[in-house]
Order: sequence, then C-alpha cells, then structure tokens
Amino acid sequence: MMRHLNGRQRVLLGLIVSAVILLTVCIGGAFCGDAARVTDFSRKNLEPCLRYPFGTDWLGRDMLVRTLKGISLSVLLGMAAAAVSAFIALALGIAAATLGKTVDAVISFVIDLLMGIPHILLLILISVALGKGFRGVAWGVALTHWPSLARLIRAEVMQLKESPYIQIAGKLGKSRWYIAGKHMLPHLMPQFLTGLVLLFPHAILHESSVTFLGFGLSSEQPAIGIILSESMKYLVTGKWWLALFPGTALVLVVVLFYVAGENLRKLTDPGSVHK
Amino acid sequence: MKLELKNVSYQYKKDGRKILDNFSMTVEDSQRVGLIAPSGYGKTTLCKLLSGYLTPDQGEILLDGRPVSSYKGYCPVQMVWQQPELAVNPRLRMKEVIREGDEVEERILVELGIEEDWMNRFPAELSGGELQRFCLARALGRRTKFLLADEISTMLDLITQSQIWNFLLREVTERKIGLIAVSHNQPLLEKVCSSEIRLDG
Amino acid sequence: MEEPVLKIEHLNISFLQYTNGMRQSQLDVIRDLDVEVNAGEMVAVVGSSGSGKSLLAHAVLGILPYNAARGGRMTYRGSELTQERIEKLRGSEIVMVPQSLSYLDPLVKIGKQIRKGRNDQKTVEKLKNIFRRYDLKEEVEDLYPFELSGGMNRRILISTALIEEPKLVIADEPTPGLDLKVAKRAMGHFRELADLGAGVLVITHDLELALETADRVVVFYAGCTVEEAASKDFIREETLRHPYTKALWRALPQHGFQFIEGVQPYVKEMPEGCPFSPRCGMCTQECRSDIPYRSLRGGRVRCLYAT
Repeated sequence: MMRHLNGRQRVLLGLIVSAVILLTVCIGGAFCGDAARVTDFSRKNLEPCLRYPFGTDWLGRDMLVRTLKGISLSVLLGMAAAAVSAFIALALGIAAATLGKTVDAVISFVIDLLMGIPHILLLILISVALGKGFRGVAWGVALTHWPSLARLIRAEVMQLKESPYIQIAGKLGKSRWYIAGKHMLPHLMPQFLTGLVLLFPHAILHESSVTFLGFGLSSEQPAIGIILSESMKYLVTGKWWLALFPGTALVLVVVLFYVAGENLRKLTDPGSVHK
Repeated sequence: MKLELKNVSYQYKKDGRKILDNFSMTVEDSQRVGLIAPSGYGKTTLCKLLSGYLTPDQGEILLDGRPVSSYKGYCPVQMVWQQPELAVNPRLRMKEVIREGDEVEERILVELGIEEDWMNRFPAELSGGELQRFCLARALGRRTKFLLADEISTMLDLITQSQIWNFLLREVTERKIGLIAVSHNQPLLEKVCSSEIRLDG
Repeated sequence: MEEPVLKIEHLNISFLQYTNGMRQSQLDVIRDLDVEVNAGEMVAVVGSSGSGKSLLAHAVLGILPYNAARGGRMTYRGSELTQERIEKLRGSEIVMVPQSLSYLDPLVKIGKQIRKGRNDQKTVEKLKNIFRRYDLKEEVEDLYPFELSGGMNRRILISTALIEEPKLVIADEPTPGLDLKVAKRAMGHFRELADLGAGVLVITHDLELALETADRVVVFYAGCTVEEAASKDFIREETLRHPYTKALWRALPQHGFQFIEGVQPYVKEMPEGCPFSPRCGMCTQECRSDIPYRSLRGGRVRCLYAT
C-alpha cells in the first residue's frame, strides 16, 4: 500500500498514526484511573503472562495499567507544560524583536541566563519552591523550556521585519496588528507548532527524571518516574519487567512525539513542495 | 502637489559611507523624472528616502510642505521595488496581495493584463513579469500621488517591459501622478521621462 | 569539420511537484531545447526570468535537483555526455562561473584560492599569465577578497575558472543587478574566454547585453528554443525569423517600444504545438501540431511560416 502513496501522503500518515497512538494512550490512561492503585496480594510478583502482559509488582498491582496511567499523566503534564512554554516563547520572541532595544536586551539576557543553567537544576529549584507535586513539576517544566524557541522566533521576526513585503504593507497604511496577524504569524506558525511538538518529549523526559530523583510528583501517583524509581529496589531480585516495560513505553512515547513533530515540520515547510 | 528634497544628507549606518550630501530636488505631479547614476550612488536609497522607508540624517523631504514620514496610514508616495519576488508575501494568494492596496480599480488590473485566474495563485506560481504587474497595481491605489519605479523592468523580458511602461505612461498622465523612474537603460528613460536628473554631476 | 564542444538536442526537463496539498503532478519546464556551442564561440541563450532557462546550466553540469527528469541528447566533443562523464569533466574541462561574488572564500588569499592549493611551477606560471591578461597586479595574490573592489573580485572569479584551461565555460545570469558599464565589462571577460578558444555558453534574460558580445543568440520561449540567430541579424527586423523574436525587437525602446498583448503561457497551461501561437498574428490551424526546428538563412527557427 505504501508504494501507492507519494512522499507527502506517507508523511501525513506517519503524523496521524503517531497522534492516534498518543491519544489512545492518554484516553486509556484516564479511564483506568483507580485500577492502577488496586493492590491484590494474591497475584504479587507475577512475571509477564497473558493476563498481565506487563506483569505485576510486589503489591500485586497490574503493571500494564500502571504504565498506561503513568504515560497518560506524563503526556498530559508534558502537553500543558509545553503549551505554556511555547506561548511564553512566542510572546517574548515577538516582544524582543519589535518593542525596541531595551526590551530586546533584557529578554536576550534572560534567554542567555536560562540557557546557561542546566535545565534539570533550575527545574528542581522551581519544583521544590512551588511545593513539588503536579503543580510544581508542571510550572518547573513550563518555565525552563521556552528559551531556545524564543530565541528562534526572535531571530525570525527580526528578519521578517526587514523583508520588503512587510515594509510595503506598512507604507500601504496597514496597522502593526494587521501586519503581525496577516504577515508574521502565518510565517511563524510552522516553526511554532513544530517547536511546540518537539518540546513535548523534552518536557516528558524532564518530568520523569525530576520525579525519579524525588523532587517531583508524590509517590502515590503512578507516574513513570515513580514507577521507575520504585522498581530500582526490586531489579536486583530479578524482577526485570518492573522497569523494562514502563521504561520502554516512555522511550516509545518520546520517539512518537519526535516523529510527529518531524512530520509536521516536513508538511508545513514550503520548500517541500518539490519532493 | 509636489515632492521636495531639501538639503538632504544620508549615510549608511553600517559602513558610514555618505550617499547623499546636501542634496535638493523637486518633482511636480505632472512630471516624469528619470534618475541616472552609476551603481553605488544610492539610487535605491534615494527612492527609499523619498517614499519614507528611510529618514534622512539631515534636511527634509516634503510632500505638499509636510514631511513624508509624518503621513500616517496610506503613504501617497509609493515605491515599486526591483525584485517583485521579495515584494509579495509568499504565503498570500494574489487577490489578497491586491487587497492590501488602496481600493485598486478593476480597470488597472485589466489594463496591466492581469488575468482572472492569476488572482487565486500563490506568488511562486507566477513569473517575475507577472508578479511585477501585481506590484504596480498594488502601488497605484486611489490615494497614490507619486510613484517611484526603482529598476522595475531590469529583470523582465523586453515585451513585458514595453507593456508595463506603456501602461504606466498612460496611467500617470491621466491621473496626474508624478513619476520618478530609476533605470540604467538610457533609451528607456528617454522614451518614458520628461526630464532627467543626474546624481553624479 | 570540427565537432562542436557542446551539442544539445531536444533537451527536456520535467519536475514532479505537489499541487493542492497531496496530489503530485508533472511539470514540463523545458520541453524542447536545442543549442550548439563551438570552440572559440560565445553563444547566449536568452529567455525571460522564471522561464526555467537556468535548468539548462544545471543539466549540463549534472546538478539537476533529484526530483527532475531529463530527456534528449547532450554531446560533449562528439560523444554522449553522461552523468558519469559530467562528474569527471566538471571543474576541469567544463566550468561554471558563479554569478555571485559570495562564491569566493573570504578567508583564503586570492592566489591560493585560484590555484586551489597547487603550488607547482606550471600553475604559478599560468596564474601570472591570467593576471597579466586581466590587468591584475601580482600583489593581488597575497590579498584577501575583501581588500579588492567588486570589479576586481569578478575578474578573480573568472580567473578561478580559467586556471583549469576549460574547454567549455558556462555562465548563468552573470550580470544580476549590475549597472550597464559593469555588466558590459563582465560580458567582455566572457568574450575574451571565447577568443582564447573555449566555448562559452551564457544564459541571460538581457537580450541587449547578449547582443553586444555573443556570436549567436538562441531565443528561449515557454520551454522551447524558437530561434537561433547570429547577433548581427538583430540589427534589422527583416533578418530575424520567428514572430516572437521580431516582437522582442520591436519592443526595444529605440525600435518603437511597441508591445504585443498577452504573457508567456504558464507551464501547466501550455498550448498544443507552437507555444507562441496564442499571441501570434500569423497563427493558423497547422500551428497546433508539432513544429519542426528547421534551418533558415544560416540560423534556425521553430515556425511554419518564417521566411
């Protein structure tokens, strides 16, 4: 079947498939909310089998359900944080490029400053300061991931401002708002969307690592980071399935987001007309 | 109406090269002026100054006694750029490009040979000559009083060049629009302009 | 008779492109192009910008984009010019002079740049000769590109091509945005290359400029070569052949500044047969079929009624 599709249709197919899988995981996770916490000592420490494809843990909890729940939690958190981050990037990027030298200097300084500090360190600081938990991690991720995208948008707007068609629109009496809405935003949209999607995997990985290190979500929540850090204790006793499946699932989700982002970029890039 | 440059000086911010030094000129709306100078003499810069894209370091540029840069909204002095490919947003269809002009008359589109079908195309689907027709139409909106043509036909074939200039000549004469044309093509300027200004002497 | 350096017959180039988002369609940008370049000769292919004539240069140099397909025959000095052969000859026997000065490496001294790192006696001697010919002082060798004027850098670019003693020089739109004096001088440099024995193929939109220096002019219209004429044929309208070329002639400001209606047809809406037929006063039913490219009065023309 792939033979009959041209390049662009394949790219679109890839985008749709990855989006559908991610969505299914999210919705699935949301529905099995309580099942992830049900303990049943009659089935503890079971190896993967037909009934429990991912096995069960030392409290007899179904690892498939826990993984699904954990991933959906991560994806939701990642989306929220990435969205906030991307909007900060868009607003600051445009502000830096259009509101004059002083604003630009301040914003550029903040960007450089944030980029100079390791993400994870800043994330932990913010998360702890906001009392850990979902809120702490979400804000932590949201506030640390915008600088590189903001820098990209700033450069893009700077260049756009100089382009003849935007200068001409000004002379034709078009307002700043019209120019921003009609000429600049449509041009920035592809980069913005791709940036947004590519922020997800970062956000998810960072959330998991912070949680794994104990500065993030609380231990009763079945987040991937929690699952992984708990299972560390049992790995030495040969219960490999406790870490392998949740870990692989996390990697898969990250890869899927990456594939989706790349395909989105290919579709929205005007240069790809010639392929 | 008249467009005046009074003792204008301008130098490039980047390398500090002086482009204009205490330069003055006046153009009436009944005139068609050709600008001649070797390359590097700042013809394009002069056009950008006249149409308010740049402001002079010294001196002033007046339209009807008022500085050009003080006209808010639609600028009565419109400039047509050398490269039409850069002068239109690649993401907008041509009908939207035209809509940005000041109520451009249907008649102008027809006389410039713009076909119905082009209106739904994107810039990448038109040739340079076709795009330049749109740029001209867009610049010839209702309130345009002066038109600056900066090498508008250098990259076009001879027939398109002749089509465009023959139309422009008719249009600016009928509507009493002042024309300032920059070109290195001496026979063309002789055909089109009523007077010439040399920048180098 | 000696074989022509480059002979191109029935060249066609088409692209696969996306339209309306998801559908692919084929665009025939060049449909039928014929051109011949002999040693010691400067030939100009003239067509309006955006007509796809730059693809000719890309085809000869074997650098067409990967979604392009090429048909027709290209021969170089008597034998077929295959992709393999192009890659062997490119940069030595067949060279392209880039249009922009930005092709010079700003961090390498001029001399080293032209010699491409070679330091043997022969190359050094050759460079001295080239410099003498182009009126460049020997000290220039030890300078960087930014220390020279634009005109000098342009001569350096040509010297870079010359050091290889090319048999075929290709220049695509060599005078973009240059004022007349500089453009004429640049074309003059290509003329000198031809006088030294190389075949020179210049691709340009500027007919007037081409006429000043080229021996022959090939007129390219809507994907086809419609006429091949000696430069001197352009002095009077009567010696020209194709109705389009005659219309070009009449559109010159010094020849009446007349124009004909219409525009070049869009690649997707090519008329059957003669591409010029919708704008032509002599067009008949026969013009809707394939028109042969025939010899006429020492040139060639693709028109049934040219005399």
